[in-house]
Amino acid sequence: MELTGAIITLIGSLFLFLGALGIFRMPDVYNRMQAGTKATTLGTILFLFGISIGHLECGCFGKISILILFVIFTNPVSSNALARASHYVGIKLTDKTVKDDLKKDNIENKGEKI
Amino acid sequence: MKKLKHSILLFLIMMIFWILFTSTDIQELIIGVITSLIIVSMMNKLQPVLGDVKLNPKSIIYSIIYIFVFLKELIKSNVDVALRVINPKLPINPGIVKVKTKLKSPLGRAILANSITLTPGTLTVEMKEEYFYIHWIDVTSENIEGATKSIVSNFEKYLEVIFG
Repeated sequence: MELTGAIITLIGSLFLFLGALGIFRMPDVYNRMQAGTKATTLGTILFLFGISIGHLECGCFGKISILILFVIFTNPVSSNALARASHYVGIKLTDKTVKDDLKKDNIENKGEKI
Repeated sequence: MKKLKHSILLFLIMMIFWILFTSTDIQELIIGVITSLIIVSMMNKLQPVLGDVKLNPKSIIYSIIYIFVFLKELIKSNVDVALRVINPKLPINPGIVKVKTKLKSPLGRAILANSITLTPGTLTVEMKEEYFYIHWIDVTSENIEGATKSIVSNFEKYLEVIFG
């Protein structure tokens, strides 16, 4: 059981590492947020889950479930707030971008702020 | 009616959290019930968001299926983003697209937006009435219908049953 937990924790930390690498490599703030949100969510979930089943004797499975739920519910909300704020203050998207509907719509109904 | 359902659900959720935090000892349970009742009565004036949840056998089964669909998509999205990150060419084709949702309930929309953020290559940027603006790491269809079909409909068919 301890070994299974350790392996799951290792996979989780691998995802966290890839998330960090993604933040480093991606070209603009929105793509960075993509890597930052998704990889850290699954990474944290696996990390905590691995700890909880690796140390069953501590009886912390319930508490760790609450932590996992907390991460699932708050991580997307915070990244949404960050992305919305960056778009609102006009941070540019990368040159590779093919489309920006939000900007187009905001220009069409000028005067009306987001 | 809606308010009553909201209060009961809120109470149950708080009790589940309390039991997970502590134990099923009878003294702890009594304290938990008293505290939860006090909090529920204090929260009475807020908007009853949980009142939108439908409670019939079909919606309960769908919520359980939804959890598994969600976990599958979460793992898929992580592998997808991880592969893009370690690929030396960085194969991204990003853009912000507009999609339309059929959901009416505020809680349903919030959960849909959160689920979209955690699934393959999509990030909710803005929400205006029934339209979501989504940053998509690999844009495959540029019109509203196509984007809605490939991003939203997968979750929407479950959430529609759960929240109406």
